[in-house]
Amino acid sequence: MEFGFTTAAYVVAAVLFILALGGLSGQESAKRAIWYGIVGMAIAVLATLIGPGQGLWPLSLILIGGGAAVGYQLATRVQMTQMPELVAIMHSLVGLAAVFVGFNADIELGRVLAMDDAAREGLQGFAALLAKKTPVEIGILRVELVLGVWIGAVTFTGSVIAYGKLAGRVNSAAKKLPGGHMLNATAAILSVVLAVWYFNGGGFLALFLMTLLALFIGYHLIMGIGGADMPVVVSMLNSYSGWAAAAIGFSLGNDLLIVVGALVGSSGAILSYIMCRAMNRHFVSVILGGFGGTGGPAAAVEGEMIAIEAEGVAAALDDADSVIIVPGYGMAVAQAQNAVSVLTEHLRKQGKTVRFAIHPVAGRLPGHMNVLLAEAKVPYDIVLEMDEINDDFPSTDVAIVIGSNDIVNPAAQDDPNSPIAGMPVLEVWKAKQVFVSKRGQGTGYSGIENPLFYKENTRMFYGDAKDSLDKLLAHLR
Amino acid sequence: MKIGAPKEIFEGEARVAMTPDSAAQLQKLGHTCLIETGAGARAGFSDAAYEKAGVEVVHSAAALWQASDIVAKVREPSEAEVDHLRKGQTLISFFWPAQNEALLQRCKDRGATVIAMDMVPRISRAQKMDALSSMANIAGYRAVIEAGNNFGRFFTGQVTAAGKVPPAKVLIVGAGVAGLAAIGTATSLGAIVYAFDVRPEVAEQIESMGAEFVYLDFEDTTQDGAATGGYAAPSSPEFREKQLEKFRELAPDMDIVITTALIPGRPAPKLWTEDMVAAMKSGSVVIDLAAEKGGNCDLTVPNQKIVSGNGVTIVGYTDFPSRMATQSSTLYSTNIRHMMTDLTPGKDGQVVHNMEDDVIRGATVTHQGEITFPPPPPKVKAIAAAPRKEKPKELTPAEKKAQEAAAFRKQTITQIGLLGAGGAALLAVGLVAPASFMQHFIVFVLAVFVGFQVIWNVSHSLHTPLMAITNAISSIIILGALMQIGSGSVLVILLAALAVLMAAVNIFGGFLVTRRMLAMFQKS
Repeated sequence: MEFGFTTAAYVVAAVLFILALGGLSGQESAKRAIWYGIVGMAIAVLATLIGPGQGLWPLSLILIGGGAAVGYQLATRVQMTQMPELVAIMHSLVGLAAVFVGFNADIELGRVLAMDDAAREGLQGFAALLAKKTPVEIGILRVELVLGVWIGAVTFTGSVIAYGKLAGRVNSAAKKLPGGHMLNATAAILSVVLAVWYFNGGGFLALFLMTLLALFIGYHLIMGIGGADMPVVVSMLNSYSGWAAAAIGFSLGNDLLIVVGALVGSSGAILSYIMCRAMNRHFVSVILGGFGGTGGPAAAVEGEMIAIEAEGVAAALDDADSVIIVPGYGMAVAQAQNAVSVLTEHLRKQGKTVRFAIHPVAGRLPGHMNVLLAEAKVPYDIVLEMDEINDDFPSTDVAIVIGSNDIVNPAAQDDPNSPIAGMPVLEVWKAKQVFVSKRGQGTGYSGIENPLFYKENTRMFYGDAKDSLDKLLAHLR
Repeated sequence: MKIGAPKEIFEGEARVAMTPDSAAQLQKLGHTCLIETGAGARAGFSDAAYEKAGVEVVHSAAALWQASDIVAKVREPSEAEVDHLRKGQTLISFFWPAQNEALLQRCKDRGATVIAMDMVPRISRAQKMDALSSMANIAGYRAVIEAGNNFGRFFTGQVTAAGKVPPAKVLIVGAGVAGLAAIGTATSLGAIVYAFDVRPEVAEQIESMGAEFVYLDFEDTTQDGAATGGYAAPSSPEFREKQLEKFRELAPDMDIVITTALIPGRPAPKLWTEDMVAAMKSGSVVIDLAAEKGGNCDLTVPNQKIVSGNGVTIVGYTDFPSRMATQSSTLYSTNIRHMMTDLTPGKDGQVVHNMEDDVIRGATVTHQGEITFPPPPPKVKAIAAAPRKEKPKELTPAEKKAQEAAAFRKQTITQIGLLGAGGAALLAVGLVAPASFMQHFIVFVLAVFVGFQVIWNVSHSLHTPLMAITNAISSIIILGALMQIGSGSVLVILLAALAVLMAAVNIFGGFLVTRRMLAMFQKS
């Protein structure tokens, strides 16, 4: 096939990918957008398969088929509550693939450079491309390759740890080896040294050692980040996997890889930025783990938590005209989204206004709550974001907080010494009555005391979210 | 405890303090309920209905007073009724202790506890027992209905084949609970509604009900409603003059005027003077909800409907809630029931008269042989004092323009700065890097740029699908592996094959899961 055909196919694929991402601006257009993405990917893969330099395509097809089978199983079996884990583990695959492709490029480069001119004439495909490069270009190629491998390796171990934390296989508390950030810094400096050695003829060994260091950095970095910061971590890893693909695209001279890598990279970066802004924290302080510097002790909380039984909540809901539900990670843990949906339907049938308020960092993944509620068949037009609904709390009769904590903490506004001071929060306490469904009296992930629980109009509805809601539904019927 | 509701003996009173529904709720609190035979008849509740709800029907008032520990009434007790009271017995009713000092004295002498429903403090916790509000709500509604009954035209404007009908214009004076209820009723009937109140902070409530606030341009009009528990206070003579002037201006246009202005503990202010009535069109209606306290209109005759010389009907009924006895009994009995709920915290039929409780303390006017009126000010303030709002400075068009221009210039400068810096950086890279690299680099920069433009528009709720789909397309790395798999080296083939496999898992897994998620999003 002509080389021009491949390029044309790549352009089409790139446009389709951009449309796929752009289509996600609305729920309805998104359903169409996904097909753009699928077709774009199919065109790209086909064009590469029949393009120049491709050999062993039966093997490629078998491998793709095998991958398809595994991917299908994964995608159809996964529970919506496990979505964060799935996304994390899939990032690790991209990272590892980038590492392998980078290694390959290095091996091929070594092979081609060792050949004499006559042998180079007979090469085709990727090797032929390498053969034509000038020494300067080869230098640049090595830089790109190192970048791709390094980012890919960090993405790989980082995603595996993130997966472990999200799936509960690794303790989700922030943990650091002795030495903390110094260890990371040393590893990073060593990587740079190794990279320089590699540029100056260090060979595969230098590259391999550097990869090991990158793997360690990925592991240690994510181990040091607590469970509540996971939305930022996952979107950051998303971004990294894109940049790794882009860097590899540079070294392979493949524009489509560059375009898609850049799209994915910037998408992840924007998501991370949105998440950080929603927590009023700097990206760096999230990534380096722990909360940023705060001065002085947090204000002591006065009053007591007042518990309430399902009967009381049911009575209040009966009297209420407008209800806002604020879901959090606790709802996902308890698998309570279906019970929430039934409750919503029941209340809506009685002519009450029921809406959902979603904080940007609720859950363990950007948009996590939206997906769970959608799965439980809660219509998306009553699920609103923080900015859309925050002004409506004063005119709301009942706010129900299900398994969220920091995102409804009034200390963020009232107490300048609070670790989360300045973080935008959902102002549930302005509703006439607030019910908080919570497992116990503990302080949750961040360990920050929540004055909301002590407010006069707040009642604590203790128990597992799902059990509590089931009890509540029994009383409502 | 036994709670009994006698038949109201006040002339024309149709309400009753207990309904079958409220009785059922009271029994849940552990009380037993009694009712005098025929007490609910005029409110539409038969003895049989009470019996069905488990209420014991007693055949005479005397027997009821004798048998009950707690007597619930609507109107304040007559002297004969007070004589039934005995030591330790509790009476719950409207009482107006400030106006009925002699009655209060007699109740005290009999050793009874009296809870006056009109003395329930106006704090949010006590709203459920605020019988004044629930009765005022009914009065406001009924006032509009009464006005419609006496008004010869439609409320709503219509263009019909038989001609055009203008909408009725309604003025509501005093936007308390009754006034607001009247506004709501009149607007929903289609009238054009204007409303006036001396407390400027209610303007927002008036507008929220769909009426236009009649704005009075007067310095120092600010009455702090918070200081008086949300009620109006008397206004200065200058203010009054200004107010009447405004009313005179409005009078010829208004078809219906409903006055609800009351000041606690004082006769009703005269706001709708004789000359205003004279200025109104024939067939217009004035409903005076303040008739019992002397009326807001000069011509009002309490308990009567009169027609003025120029054909304006002036209604001075004082029994609007009683004219809707079923509704008002239901609401009033619910207020009583809530009061009993607070009095029986254990839900075991045992009354705990907690004088430390703001609400109970406020409503209790005699207790254990002593007069406990007036109550000390409640610990919780009814309404937070309204902070004086600074009016935002009106910007002149020129200033606004200058501001916008400045903002625009600033934005332009930042953008040009960024573009300049970016361009310079690109140029710098271009100076050292070879052309083949620059080609790819331009593509990369443009793609990042497109990515930023596109992703900002992604809806917040679709962030998870966005991550899944970007994850799927980031497996575009498969292209690199596919290009290398044809290599001569076995190691390269092996690594490339692994990369292809992993990327393929990702492609299919990612797209499928995204599709699954997107299919779930549905509209209501």
